[in-house]
Amino acid sequence: MELTRERLLDAYRRMRRIRAFEEKLAELVTAGRLAGFLHLYAGEEAVAVGVAAHLGDRDHFASTHRGHGHCIAKGVEVRGMMAELFGRSTGTCKGKGGSMHIADLSKGMLGANGIVGAGIPLAVGAALTAKVKRTGGVSVAFFGDGASNQGQFHEGLNLAAVWKLPALFVVENNGYGEATPTEFVTPVRDIAARAGSYGIPGVIADGMDFFDVFEKAGEAIARARAGDGPTLLECKTYRYFGHYVGDNLAYRSKEEAERWRQQRDALEGFERRTAGEGWLESGALRAVDAEVASEIEDAVRFAEASPFPEPAALLQDVYVSYEET
Amino acid sequence: MARELLFVQAINEALHVAMASDPDVVVLGEDVAGGGGRSDQGIEEAWGGVMGATKGLYSAFGAERVRDTPISEMGFLGAAVGAALTGLRPVVEIMFIDFLGVAFDPLLNQAAKLRYMFGGRARVPLTVRTVTGAGLRAAAQHSQSLYGMTAAIPGLKTVCPSNPADAKGLLLAAIRDDDPVVFCEPKSILFSKGEVPEGDFTVPLGKAALARAGSDVTLVGVGRTVHVALEAAQALAAEGTSAEVVDLRSLSPLDGDAVLASLARTGRIVVIDEAPPRCGIAADVAALCADRGFDLLDAPVRRVTAPHAPVPFSPALEDLYVPTVARVLAAVREMG
Repeated sequence: MELTRERLLDAYRRMRRIRAFEEKLAELVTAGRLAGFLHLYAGEEAVAVGVAAHLGDRDHFASTHRGHGHCIAKGVEVRGMMAELFGRSTGTCKGKGGSMHIADLSKGMLGANGIVGAGIPLAVGAALTAKVKRTGGVSVAFFGDGASNQGQFHEGLNLAAVWKLPALFVVENNGYGEATPTEFVTPVRDIAARAGSYGIPGVIADGMDFFDVFEKAGEAIARARAGDGPTLLECKTYRYFGHYVGDNLAYRSKEEAERWRQQRDALEGFERRTAGEGWLESGALRAVDAEVASEIEDAVRFAEASPFPEPAALLQDVYVSYEET
Repeated sequence: MARELLFVQAINEALHVAMASDPDVVVLGEDVAGGGGRSDQGIEEAWGGVMGATKGLYSAFGAERVRDTPISEMGFLGAAVGAALTGLRPVVEIMFIDFLGVAFDPLLNQAAKLRYMFGGRARVPLTVRTVTGAGLRAAAQHSQSLYGMTAAIPGLKTVCPSNPADAKGLLLAAIRDDDPVVFCEPKSILFSKGEVPEGDFTVPLGKAALARAGSDVTLVGVGRTVHVALEAAQALAAEGTSAEVVDLRSLSPLDGDAVLASLARTGRIVVIDEAPPRCGIAADVAALCADRGFDLLDAPVRRVTAPHAPVPFSPALEDLYVPTVARVLAAVREMG
């Protein structure tokens, strides 16, 4: 797929939207305006957006507890997302899912997920639907390094490989499973190496570099669409905030975090590359920044002005066929 | 036209009808094709499920829709949830309900909750067929009646038929239902016969059946224990006691109205279940009677269940484990 100016601007807009959304959430929690468990995606933007740039609404994402970035990359509206985080009836899930369950099937977004590794078989199932119904769709599971030690990872990859499903498994290796460094709990240095057990390609990308993720995800997605089966794509990345908002970060040094932010930042790297190549001028990017900033402010205003769900919603949608009483 | 079929044949017939009438129905599970389609060895049909419930599906509907899975319950049950969420109508076979132990997350945290968590903007039309219960000397890890566990989870439905006709009609209803349904097949009656209507018909989920009318005492059963109740009712009739038998059929939704209507007629109730007594369907029905039927009760609710113990292997012990006609009769007599 060719990266036209329009596509580049769109990718930058999505990455900036994720960054701004997450920074706003951190601010809202700190100010006591927002409650709940929030796991922020800031730092990892190039992964979700680099993959999503190849996909449309017929393609599916299954996500993780750190799911806001995948939602935004997949095109879920930020007004609905923000209202969801505020628990309002105008939220993407009418306020009943919250941060860890934002989903929008109309955008092919199968949901964030509160269970580590659980999105993987869901994506495998969506890929099975694509194959049986011949939709031409591809299904992507995002998950962390921690999830690659879960049974759902191994069972999901095995099943997708043996059935040659149109799936892509994207492991976002950010170096930590909650507070525990990856090497304490994972005996392989590269999680991509685990692909070998399932007879599928294992590819490593720089998860801080949109262009590297874009290129490698593109190859894997083309392979999946051609009926050649799944790929495991490991993106080496870093989360700027802790495991959740409020994490005291006692397990990692300030210097490490500073190093990633200053030397590897995905948005700055994108800007350097596009400016250096003469693809995008900084004025265009600053205009995007301003638009995104006002979008996020608008989303917060929309959310705070929205009503909470009515009490009747408590028992709605437990079942399709009847309502609990 | 009705003719006699084995319980397992009735299930097989329902699967054929469901797959023929809806191209979105796919069947996944261990050995469901069972090695069918090995043209290099001249094999077209093979096992068709460990109990034979999926026989002939592979030949009729092909490899795309009838899929042998790895022995990997969490993986294929999870995939079935994802497939259901995106437009297929999967029927998954979990060979024995005990195996949910390695596959619980897709059922507990995904299938049951996705619709609610997504604000009603999703459906999970999934059917999980699974074999339950004691009676085949299969010991502690292949004999449990865990339907009380799945019935306790909001968002899941759970049914357990007691005869071949209900097995066919309830399975067709379960497959066509837009909610996830756990469909329990009691192994002790899988190879017993009964009349089954031909063609396409459904039995509604959430409706109990009156298996025998009576006026002195209500015996409530589920799956195999309906037959225990019917035998007990026959013995009681010889003593001049008229027993009514309610076949729950659905554990979730539970047809509480049918139970209470029967209690209103008899004033006395015994609940018979093959599962242990704690936090199970017998306790649930007893609580229902206490909550909503207290004024109807002429005697305390009695439960005849398995003990709070794993299912033993030794035939001598397994026969002590499961509820018997003698225990039901004793319970009724003690009620006075």
